[in-house]
Amino acid sequence: MRRIRQWGPGLLLLAPSLLVLGWFVYGFMAKTAQLSLTSARGRNLTGDFVGFENYQELGDTAGVTGQRFEIDVKNVLIFTLVFVGGSLLLGFVLALLLERGIRGETFFRSVFIFPMAISFIAIAIIWRWLESNGTGSQLTGINKLFSFVGLSFLQNNWFKSDSGWAIAAVALPAGWALSGYVMALFLAGMRGVPEDLREAARVDGAREPQVFWHVIRPMLLPVTMSALVILAHISLKTFDLIYAMDLKSLKIDTPALFMWFTTFEGGFYGRGAAIAMLLLFGVAVIIVPYIWYSVRSERRT
Amino acid sequence: MRRSRAFLALTLAGALVATAACSKGSGGNAEAKVDKVEIMSWWVGPGEEPGLNAMVALLKTQHPEITFQNSGVAGGAGTNAKAQLATRLAANNPPDSYQRHAGQEIATDIKNGDVEDLTYLYQRNNWNSVFNKGLLETLTNNGKIYSVPVNIHRSNLLWYIPKTLTDLGIAAPPKSWDEFLTQAATIKSKGKTPLSIGPAWTQKHLLENVLLGELGVDKYNGLWNGKTDWTGADVNAALKKYTQIMSFSDLASAGADWQPAIDRVIEGAAVYNVMGDWAASYFDGAKKLKFKEGWNVTASPGTDGVYNFLSDSFTLPVGAPHKAAAEIWLTLCGSKEGQDAFNPLKGSIPARTDADKSKYTGYLETALADWGNPSTKVVGSLTHGVVANDAWNAEIDTALGLFIKSGDATAFASAVKTAYEKNK
Repeated sequence: MRRIRQWGPGLLLLAPSLLVLGWFVYGFMAKTAQLSLTSARGRNLTGDFVGFENYQELGDTAGVTGQRFEIDVKNVLIFTLVFVGGSLLLGFVLALLLERGIRGETFFRSVFIFPMAISFIAIAIIWRWLESNGTGSQLTGINKLFSFVGLSFLQNNWFKSDSGWAIAAVALPAGWALSGYVMALFLAGMRGVPEDLREAARVDGAREPQVFWHVIRPMLLPVTMSALVILAHISLKTFDLIYAMDLKSLKIDTPALFMWFTTFEGGFYGRGAAIAMLLLFGVAVIIVPYIWYSVRSERRT
Repeated sequence: MRRSRAFLALTLAGALVATAACSKGSGGNAEAKVDKVEIMSWWVGPGEEPGLNAMVALLKTQHPEITFQNSGVAGGAGTNAKAQLATRLAANNPPDSYQRHAGQEIATDIKNGDVEDLTYLYQRNNWNSVFNKGLLETLTNNGKIYSVPVNIHRSNLLWYIPKTLTDLGIAAPPKSWDEFLTQAATIKSKGKTPLSIGPAWTQKHLLENVLLGELGVDKYNGLWNGKTDWTGADVNAALKKYTQIMSFSDLASAGADWQPAIDRVIEGAAVYNVMGDWAASYFDGAKKLKFKEGWNVTASPGTDGVYNFLSDSFTLPVGAPHKAAAEIWLTLCGSKEGQDAFNPLKGSIPARTDADKSKYTGYLETALADWGNPSTKVVGSLTHGVVANDAWNAEIDTALGLFIKSGDATAFASAVKTAYEKNK
């Protein structure tokens, strides 16, 4: 009885959100997993059990579905690499600059964070114009800037490039939007390092770069991990940015878009569910080690 | 202290449950009254909304007791509206009537038993004798008709600026795709783009009209019912021609939508563009150019005397909450007054053959004449949902994307054929 009194009220408070979360997140996850093993077509979601046929179709590059999925996976890997790497690097450099305590820090902080307040659709419309590859009278955006400053050799086809790296041109605006947020995370992490630790290092004769490398850098690891997890899962689920940039262009297609089109335009619910499960698996690959890491470090402290 | 905390928790939990219950309760009030009609469409853009409003105004004068609820969802070609509709139909919460492209796009709904057979409305209003025969054939599914077409658009059109042709010394637009290729070589040597193109769906739009122009009406129709073999030599030749035509387009720097592609024609950077007749109001309205002098249009190469149509239609969902009002709406959609109110504003022509011709001027006048001409052959559009069902259409999207990347016509044809067998 006393024990119930101890954890009872807490459980009662959590119960509604646990129920809602359990049903709407984990229940639907299970439903999707079950759907992905069926041949469900059309909205009534009934289909025969077909085992892993949907997954096999996605992996079979003899058919068009497999060929498209192969492109999609390659694209989302490049996107993740450029987007996560880019925004981590840019965010870190921005934080480093602001951490020095320059004049008008608040102003610059807001400037850097603002792009995050813009919706991905609007970002796509802006960057679609910036990264246009038109020539002659259609020359606009970044390419025009290049020709203006005499760097015409830098002009390129951006997201219409044939090279297989077209998706990197879409990762650029995504990184631009999120780097301010990463900056805020890093800045908070850097400010969280107690001044006396730095003082102690300086007294021991460490110069500023050494203070940074041996004192501040190790303490930024948790922040980096959080930023990495947040960015990586955003990268896997990015949809609106790509959708608005160039509708249905296979050059910048990703599993998230393929899932939407095949499910809601074509009515292939089983196949869509299979792609969704693979995306979930991709997110798990990133999240599970993170959870494991944080549980372990919490236990240690 | 502990007791009060438990009490607080209990109250909060209770409050949450109550909120959830309330929000569920307010949703369902299905009554079969003639006081309201909820219509779901993707007509929210310029030209489309005024057209819809004109019909609504007509509804208000004829039936002042009916409140009109417009559940419009923005988004080109109805992609977003269709996704939202799918959710509502799955939840058995349909609107009273919803928009669909006439033809195979509705086939899935029929199979699922989502829409009512409307043959009785056709008989009651004698529509079988006033709608175009070719159109009625495409609408009929196993002897029954499930939707009411409001308008007709034409897909197989080639747009150009007369002055550009004169400057280049070209006498007339091409009559066949071979002639186009000859012209294209000249145009390219003079530093202009022969054909402008836009995003993926405009490339599919071009494909259907190249197939129509190269294969002719009968073989084109056969592509959609299994009578023409996709892997045959003639289709293969047509697909190779498509690749050739695309090589003369500005695909590498394609416009973001169909309007930017037309802009290039207007600026003179490109010479031709293949697009549906919604482009007419763009030339007239947005660009303030004069038909025949400032811009001109002709049937796309090889399709003279053929009308590749698409049509917006309205349905009656099974379990519509206000069925009687929905029938009134559908009757208005099929009526002469309704169609003549809507179409001049939308920039399309009526599905009926007895329209008031004086209301249609400029391009629409010629379109109406072509549509009404008994010798005109009517075929359906692929891109705009007439000839292929949603599943097959989506698979063609994937195959076409890969085809444009690789140029492998044989692989494309066999992929489309396989998809047809699996999804018919």
